[in-house]
Amino acid sequence: MKKRDPELLLFHAPLLRQGMTTPKAMRDVLVALAPATVASVWFFGLSAILVLGSCIGGAVAAEWLFADRKARGESLRDASGLLTGLLLGLTLPPGLPLWMAFLGGFIGIALGKVIWGGLGHNLFNPALLGRAFLLATFPIAMTTWVPTLADGGFLQIYPGNLALPFMQAQVDAMSAATPLGMLKFEQEVTPLAGLVFGNVSGSLGETSGLLLLLGGLYLWLRRDLDWRIPVSILLTVVLFSACLGFFDDARFPAPLFSVFSGGLLLGAIYMATDPVTSPVTPKGAWIFGIGTGVLVMLIRVFGGLPEGVMYAILLMNAATPLIDRYTQPRVFGRGDDPE
Amino acid sequence: MKVLRRLRRSFEHGVHPSHHKEQTGNLPIQRVPFGKNYIMPLGQHIGVPARAVVTAGERVQRGQLIAEPGGFVSTGLHSPVTGTIREIGDFRGVDGRFAPAIAIEADAFATQQVDAGTRIDWQALSLEEFIEAVQMAGIVGMGGAAFPAHVKLSVPDGVTIKHLLINGAECEPYLTTDHRLMLERPEALLEGAEIMRQKLGAEETIIGIEANKPDAIEIVRKHIQPGDPVRVVPLKVKYPQGAEKMMIKTVFDVEVPAGQLPRDVGVNVNNVGTIVAVADYFLRGVPLIERVVTVAGPGVTYPANLIVPLGTPVRDVVKFCGGLKPGTREIIMGGPMMGRPIASLDVPILKGCSGVLVFTEEQTARRKEYPCISCGRCLEACPYFLNPSRLARLSKSRMFDEMKAYNVFDCVECGCCTFACPSNIPIVQLIRTAKDDLAHRKEPEA
Repeated sequence: MKKRDPELLLFHAPLLRQGMTTPKAMRDVLVALAPATVASVWFFGLSAILVLGSCIGGAVAAEWLFADRKARGESLRDASGLLTGLLLGLTLPPGLPLWMAFLGGFIGIALGKVIWGGLGHNLFNPALLGRAFLLATFPIAMTTWVPTLADGGFLQIYPGNLALPFMQAQVDAMSAATPLGMLKFEQEVTPLAGLVFGNVSGSLGETSGLLLLLGGLYLWLRRDLDWRIPVSILLTVVLFSACLGFFDDARFPAPLFSVFSGGLLLGAIYMATDPVTSPVTPKGAWIFGIGTGVLVMLIRVFGGLPEGVMYAILLMNAATPLIDRYTQPRVFGRGDDPE
Repeated sequence: MKVLRRLRRSFEHGVHPSHHKEQTGNLPIQRVPFGKNYIMPLGQHIGVPARAVVTAGERVQRGQLIAEPGGFVSTGLHSPVTGTIREIGDFRGVDGRFAPAIAIEADAFATQQVDAGTRIDWQALSLEEFIEAVQMAGIVGMGGAAFPAHVKLSVPDGVTIKHLLINGAECEPYLTTDHRLMLERPEALLEGAEIMRQKLGAEETIIGIEANKPDAIEIVRKHIQPGDPVRVVPLKVKYPQGAEKMMIKTVFDVEVPAGQLPRDVGVNVNNVGTIVAVADYFLRGVPLIERVVTVAGPGVTYPANLIVPLGTPVRDVVKFCGGLKPGTREIIMGGPMMGRPIASLDVPILKGCSGVLVFTEEQTARRKEYPCISCGRCLEACPYFLNPSRLARLSKSRMFDEMKAYNVFDCVECGCCTFACPSNIPIVQLIRTAKDDLAHRKEPEA
């Protein structure tokens, strides 16, 4: 009997791939955020877990609810919903009512991602969109900050967390101002050491600059992040602050204070670099980063809010398609004119 | 900046696939025994197919001309075996289409020695005669593209060739044919190079070899006589280092302008196999009737580097290598980055076929495709600095005309973008679809 030939497939070359896949890239970001997440639990105790969990729950619920019925669960596997929830949670105050956190995660995915057509099609960063929604809807709860926990207070929950939906959130008895707020409204500068290690009041994930940088380094080594974006944002902020310092170094923030305070590192390393909503071209990445840095400083220094990272990134997100269009790379062998 | 770039000694971008060359890199080239049936398609090269000059039933000698060039961009074809012409008709080719071919039945009792065996006094030939001789010898680019070699030699007036660049990069994973040729036949390589250099009037010959073949670099260097205008340049290991424009960029730091050819910057690029074929023809009288083929991949029982007569069915080649392992799912002709899959074991080995690679489940498992997240990895991979993510998106929406503005026709389909894509988007396939559609579209107005 003649042996039959194997049935041959006709898959198109290249058959070889490098090992990275999109879900792996998402998981890398989760890994990179792990130290900062652990730090948020360390500083804010059980409340941190509850707030982060509510955001992730809201994001995943929206992802699941709006998914195509046949593909349900499929979209959860790429971990992008989980990542959006975590990122949003890290930008929220630890004492935020949990139902608000849940709603923020839900809105972030629903209006920030699903209605655009899902992963890869959204114009704005979903986590920041969720946060913008919360800030517009619950301005008081979103700007009520609490101090970090004293030793041994892990199981203590900030009372604000447990507020019931649509009830007046009780203003936290032990409210505290963020370093940026103190500078803006009380002209008081927080020492740099606290900012670097994170033992300051602020949103869950923004407090420890060092751990955020560590995660960014990991992402850079894994080539998951376009280094140009964080580098250009941070450089712009440093230069901008340095220039302002020439005029009045008491009123304006010092360069390093600007870098380590507020959500700048979290935004520059993890949110502005969201590949979907940032330019794909190298030149575009520089423009995007510089634009974000300038907007951050303009809002922080001249705006009504102490913090401007969120709006800066969202505004630059809106400009991304345009930036991409006008920064196409110079094609090999085509001279310097981009036709 | 320029100094830095010279130090780095490579074109920019590109990708780093695993080499996979350990399977066959150390195996000497062996000869495949002659089989029974041979199929010689008339269109084995880019350009016009050859015209058959034999008829069915005719007896042919190994090395005898069986088809003459059908035009200028066309080459001769010679019988790979002594035997009888069985049929001239349509046979299924590598791409799955039926195309005219000459079927030859080998004579089981013939010695299969090449009769020609005469040395051609190439120095006495004028340039025109030399070009015609190369055309009649059927020599084409052996790296994979199968572009007739004599066309490259025909330099228009006003263009002078300063450098002959010999491509020994072999940047495609798995393939080791050029590597083995350089190790085993360095004299033939240098002789062929000297013939080409003199006929082109070039000042210097440069042999570019990727640095992962230190033995080849050493042996070729050892064979260069002091004072010869020949130089070996080790190249950074990076895909696609062997793409001629990339290699020119690496060696000379010059970009060949889009739409132009290497000759426009004074360089003539030829593959190692092509140069050896030139030497074989002019010094030993053997036209292009066989070539070195790497048979490798996880699905081959005994990987090998083989001299295979052209027209040998893949089936015979694979059989000689111990057959296919169970679980074989795909066979690629050429390299794993740019080669073409074949649908049947009956297709013949052609002039441009540098490898027969057999892959199993692991390499061909259907990868889940995710949406493009604009991560930019393809932009960093593309050696032509195109925007593959944009091109793929446009192609998916069938917006082929818009793709022209993104220089889709500058794409050489090297596959770097698809290799680099974490979302498993078949970018190069989408680009090919668009190019094909644009090329075959009938223009109603205009």
